[in-house]
Amino acid sequence: MNYESNIVLSENQYKVVGTRPVRHDGVDKVTGRALYGADIHMPQLIYGKILRSPHAHARILSINVDKLIDNPLIEAVVTCSDLPEMEPGQENASLKYLRDNVIASDKVLYKGQPVAAVAAKSSHDAEEALTLIEVEYEILNPVTTAYESIYENTTVIHEDLNTTETYASIRNPRNIASHIQHSIGDVYKGFEECDVTVEKEFHTKTVHQGYIEPHNATAFWNKDGRLTIWRSTQGPFEVRETTARILNIDVSSIKVVPLEIGGGFGGKFDPYGDPVAALLSKKSGKPVKIVMSRSEDLESTGPTPGSYIKIRIGANTDGRILAAEALLAYEAGAYPGSPVDSGALCIFAAYDIPNLEINGYDVVVNKPKTAAYRAPGATNAAFATETVIDEIAEKLNIDSLDLRIKNAAKEGTRRPDGPIHPKIGSLEVLKAMKEHHHFNTPINKPNEGRGIAIGYWMNGGGPASCTLQVNYDGTINLNEGSPDIGGTRTSVAMQAAEVLGLQAEDIFPSVLDTDAIGYTSGTGGSSVTFKTGRAAYDAALDLKRKLMSRAARIWDVDITLVAYQNGEFIAGIDHASNPEQHMTFRELAEQLEDTGGPITGSANTNGEGEGGAFAGCIVDAKVDPETGKVDITRFTIIQDVGKAIHPSYVEGQMQGGSVQGIGWAMNEEYIMDNKGHMMNSNLLDYRMPTSLDIPMIDTVIVEVPNPRHPYGVRGVGEVSIIMPPAAIANAIYQAVGIRLNNLPMNPETVMKGIWSSQE
Amino acid sequence: MADKIHVQSNINGYDVDFLCESRQSLLEVLRDVLNLTGSKEGCNDGNCGACTVTMDGRIVESCCILGVEAEGKEIITIEGVASADSLHPVQQAFLEEAALQCGICTPGFIVSAKNLLEREPDADEERIRFWLAGNLCRCTGYDKIVRAVLKAGEVMRKG
Repeated sequence: MNYESNIVLSENQYKVVGTRPVRHDGVDKVTGRALYGADIHMPQLIYGKILRSPHAHARILSINVDKLIDNPLIEAVVTCSDLPEMEPGQENASLKYLRDNVIASDKVLYKGQPVAAVAAKSSHDAEEALTLIEVEYEILNPVTTAYESIYENTTVIHEDLNTTETYASIRNPRNIASHIQHSIGDVYKGFEECDVTVEKEFHTKTVHQGYIEPHNATAFWNKDGRLTIWRSTQGPFEVRETTARILNIDVSSIKVVPLEIGGGFGGKFDPYGDPVAALLSKKSGKPVKIVMSRSEDLESTGPTPGSYIKIRIGANTDGRILAAEALLAYEAGAYPGSPVDSGALCIFAAYDIPNLEINGYDVVVNKPKTAAYRAPGATNAAFATETVIDEIAEKLNIDSLDLRIKNAAKEGTRRPDGPIHPKIGSLEVLKAMKEHHHFNTPINKPNEGRGIAIGYWMNGGGPASCTLQVNYDGTINLNEGSPDIGGTRTSVAMQAAEVLGLQAEDIFPSVLDTDAIGYTSGTGGSSVTFKTGRAAYDAALDLKRKLMSRAARIWDVDITLVAYQNGEFIAGIDHASNPEQHMTFRELAEQLEDTGGPITGSANTNGEGEGGAFAGCIVDAKVDPETGKVDITRFTIIQDVGKAIHPSYVEGQMQGGSVQGIGWAMNEEYIMDNKGHMMNSNLLDYRMPTSLDIPMIDTVIVEVPNPRHPYGVRGVGEVSIIMPPAAIANAIYQAVGIRLNNLPMNPETVMKGIWSSQE
Repeated sequence: MADKIHVQSNINGYDVDFLCESRQSLLEVLRDVLNLTGSKEGCNDGNCGACTVTMDGRIVESCCILGVEAEGKEIITIEGVASADSLHPVQQAFLEEAALQCGICTPGFIVSAKNLLEREPDADEERIRFWLAGNLCRCTGYDKIVRAVLKAGEVMRKG
């Protein structure tokens, strides 16, 4: 390779921040010692299995578990009747939705929805026992796409969803759970001033996070009423709260112990087996473990929505985009709550458009309730925007990157949802794209094309807590509440180390349970290195103050005379002539026991001030016009990360998100039959990228510091997934001259495109 | 309760006797009977590679092998890859190259990659990608994994 494959365009240099130490949990994870959710064993452990609906939409007429009573192999059986009665005033729909999603009461709304569960000493016995439960259903018609749900089908999924608005052209508003609208300027007038407009419709399919570790939960309901849940989760506190709501107990009655987590990408915030395992444990008096099979995970946990998007963008001959409008209908799945809000926010947020109107609809369908998936909602939206932008550039005969540079949102641009963009690295990213070797290398092989796309994601923050205990050997134990899903023990510890003038290896980070650490919102929204890093930074400052105070006491000087520089305490201003008044961090640590006892630094933060992420990607794709197969031959992602605390793991986020985006673009989809049954609920047929499908993913880290974080951290986890589908579609157009409006762009879609262009 | 069968096997260099049901997979035996939980269950049908172990020197997906098939076989799991005092070069390279994020697929990748490099320490990028195509990783996009295996090959070639 005659170019650098991973480039860091860095401004500020630090001692620890920006280096690449080996991660603290690394050895455990390369030797198989790290304990993940399903790895936990304990005395008397029994296994739970869940009976799931075979129908996508049906009324439950009866559930009969009589054949399991007195069965010596069975330790417990539960149905929805084992959930506590809903108290008066509790009869709100959202609680019923939560309860029904973990164990259905009156109706099942997707194939795979839990209806009953059993526990036995062996998981095989539990599984066999499920066949003895008799459930009588009245099968109803299913509806499985947002488009069908509001434009074609009149099936009503929730009788209690009372949509009061009426909408032109929407036939079935009763499946719309909510409507969101953003508007700037006068879109009607804006379009009148345009010389070129492009209007298109897009359909995308349901896709899954595809973490390699299926959902799991082990619960023990003790005789004192306290419930402990061991599981892999992105959000121990979120699991605690939701489980408490479902079981109608106090959050303080529950301890959630987060074990190592085998991927989440947004999909591991919600409880699934947890409340069920808890009920089985309460009945059996034993700890109960429930681990989902892969097909259960695909059919019954939250994927990300399929969608229907209609979009129109207009520009004048100078290449100024003057108006844009969009309608987004996202599939919530069985219960309300699709990420159409962030889709509607992001669809034009990378641009400065004076007139726009965006309407987003959260649409219920007979599929599993969706959950977050990496930049939720934004990838669907960018597929529409970024391919239409490409088409406008072509019509205006302007380079599509130049069109983006001319219209990019920047500091001061109003975001479609209202806030003004603070400092974001949009122009810096676009400049790095334009200067990149990949962008400037000619491509002229037959059937090969190059596409680009850009994306914006606002990132997230949230509350976080951190404590630092000084060990007498001069090291620090760092305690945090953020499950480490991709190296954040280290990126958090490095920030404390930087403050204290220590090395990353001097800090020993641990992720604690919900009894042991202050409230910390979950590992999601690209938030951990930002918010928990901030908590660690503040805790390190707190620790520093306390240690300086101790040093002052030891030296019997006023604290104002004590300074801490480069890992050393110094008293007075004439310290160079008085060597006794120097103390290294370790020397002070060794004395703590005898000079007043141990010292802990701690901090809580509300985690505000996250910085939005702007990114672009450049992709080369080769299309086989005989088979429709598309190969990605080169891929570069360029992203403003604010500051890369650990550049290797930042590159990893950029690469991983890119490849998830490639999978979404090329192959991944829930294939549904006309009964609403998923037909590919395994990892052979739900086709995620393998190592053989993907080239090296080159990265350019652009650092435009977030002014609201001490080291300039923005979130880095999510934006990378947004661009690939659009960029690949644009590359396919360059390669073979067809514009694709549907995902995935698998051989079937590509061949249909080629054939229809030949008609 | 199904009848149990007595199986004798050699696992990570130790002769091991265990009892298992005829319906239990080798993966279940490793995880639930022998408490070797380093091998992970990602799909239980041979598509993800998280449970990869070697059996008589060949990589197999332990979810697709019955426990009773381990009779008389030599099994190496992720727990048997490092020596008493040091990591295997593949493990070391995974750490140095940041080739893991969540780490759930890592045991399977390391067992597969070690097996490849023992046969072909000079395997190039394409060969590595081909060999590892049976192991799914959802976090890394494979880039850093492939680089780590290339680096480990270099180390192993130097001996």
